[in-house]
Amino acid sequence: MATTGNIAIEVEGLCMRYGTNDVLHDVSFTVRRGEVLALLGPNGAGKTSTIEILEGFRMRSGGRVEVFGVDPARGGEQWRARMGIVLQSWRDHPKWRVRELLAYQGSLYEPYSTAQIPRPWNVDELLAAVGLAEHAEKPIKMLSGGQRRRLDVAIGLVGRPELVFLDEPTTGLDPKARRDFHSLVGRIREDLDTTVLMTTHDLVEAEKLADRIIILAGGVIVANGSAEELSRQIVGHDEIRWVQEGEHFVRSMADSTAFARELFTRHGREIRELELRRASLEDTYLTLVQAAESDDTHGSDEHEPGANEPDEHELEGTSR
Amino acid sequence: MSITLAGARAGLTRGVIELRLAFSGAELIGQLFWPVATLVAVFLLRDVPVGRGAAGDRYTLDTFILPSTLGMFVALGMLLVVQQLAADREDGSLLRAKITPNGIPAYLVGKIVQISATIVAYLAIVLLPGLLFVDGLDLGRPGSWLTFAWVIVLGLVATQTIGAVLGSLVSSSRGAGYLSLPILGLIAISGIFAPITALPAWLAWIAQVFPIYWLGLGMRSALLPDAAAAVEIGGSWRPVETAVVLGAWVVTGLVLAPVVLRRMARRESGSSVAQRRERAMQRVG
Repeated sequence: MATTGNIAIEVEGLCMRYGTNDVLHDVSFTVRRGEVLALLGPNGAGKTSTIEILEGFRMRSGGRVEVFGVDPARGGEQWRARMGIVLQSWRDHPKWRVRELLAYQGSLYEPYSTAQIPRPWNVDELLAAVGLAEHAEKPIKMLSGGQRRRLDVAIGLVGRPELVFLDEPTTGLDPKARRDFHSLVGRIREDLDTTVLMTTHDLVEAEKLADRIIILAGGVIVANGSAEELSRQIVGHDEIRWVQEGEHFVRSMADSTAFARELFTRHGREIRELELRRASLEDTYLTLVQAAESDDTHGSDEHEPGANEPDEHELEGTSR
Repeated sequence: MSITLAGARAGLTRGVIELRLAFSGAELIGQLFWPVATLVAVFLLRDVPVGRGAAGDRYTLDTFILPSTLGMFVALGMLLVVQQLAADREDGSLLRAKITPNGIPAYLVGKIVQISATIVAYLAIVLLPGLLFVDGLDLGRPGSWLTFAWVIVLGLVATQTIGAVLGSLVSSSRGAGYLSLPILGLIAISGIFAPITALPAWLAWIAQVFPIYWLGLGMRSALLPDAAAAVEIGGSWRPVETAVVLGAWVVTGLVLAPVVLRRMARRESGSSVAQRRERAMQRVG
């Protein structure tokens, strides 16, 4: 097996097809141990298919996939005991009490305890860590959305996993619960040496939590790197504004420096109030996703509405 | 501790928790309704003579029905499994079991513990008060309780494994609801509330394929005096046939259930649970 040492996940040439519909084409990436990786992309980009294949829930159509050196389609209980899964929205065991479910789930990990990794976590410590200590005796259905999500994280962690899957973890949370959740994931990163693979369609979330971001659009990887690398790697469109003879102009383009030089060469002192704004990661993300989806008729109606069009090349003039 | 043992112990814990939840709060009313209603029916029928009367005038319908309904309650374990399996798939409890090491075996052990205990509670609710006012039962023989025990054990295993198979095949609570209709129909023709000999022969043959009739017969053979066998098919308790038919269902259930359950569990994933929820929401909206 190729996957050893400090590699947790290895994906090579992964393809997924439902009927005649290709959802993933030739996706390849690796995740190092201890790394927090975000799979970022719009709805229908193939994030859920990818994560479900890695979790061993879904059989792939082609390619090689290894999680801890094991093909997820053939992973046994021993393999399963090394990972935790937090899905988009759990509603399971509504009548059980919080502590009851956590203790029960934990007890199933006991036989997989090792000298290096004693399993499971102490239930009270874990409840305190996710801020649910005072709700321990409540029936689960009485929890708020944010509390329920923190319980899901606790259940995902109770077996002291070496790898945690977080699938769209903050969908449907209010801003406060979202922020609490982000700081919880931040603590997990610092306190535990756990590999995290998360999916999200929220760029800000990916930037905040992940060491590395893979952007998936239309079933292919369109970018792979840290947040800074992504904004450097991919030439985004900068925005240039200036005033010429009392008229305001806005333009968006890839090579703004060259354009500015030419602007000065041609018009010299006529150019005033020149402003140059570098492409933000968000602009870059939207450009990438739109480019990928315009090649792909299936995904084209699924991108998030309300995106500002960064590749607007018209010269806009507004007189005052 | 070995892995299997840990799984079984967790399953036992699970069963006890689920049992407590099944008999607390508002659930309790639902749980008590059918056994108590049955008890009332048995009480009201205490003066109605059994149709044929071949075994003498002493036997009234309540004497016949009390043991028969015990058999019916054992068979109802099948419906409980189907309903709970559908509910647990819909809310993701089964998926939770699937993603936890040995979660599925522990889940199944828990289910069997909880449903068996629930059924035993039903039996106690019907039988214990029933003993006080139903005449003509014969519980003195040592064979009575032995028969009582083996019929119940075979019945619980047969009906719960078959219930697991059926429950794996329906994908929603709604499907589980539809499935209860033919089962109720089967109860109607299985000689629970009237001797099966009163039915047309072809209906009686259909009933004899399924475990419900045999569970009723087995319970009657355990709790009624031998003379009461006169109203049965062939004028006999047919213990060998009872054991063979129930045994055949046990084997069928034990062979099929793991295969079908594994197939069902394999298909569970976050998106399949989400999809079912969406469908359920559309139905409501």
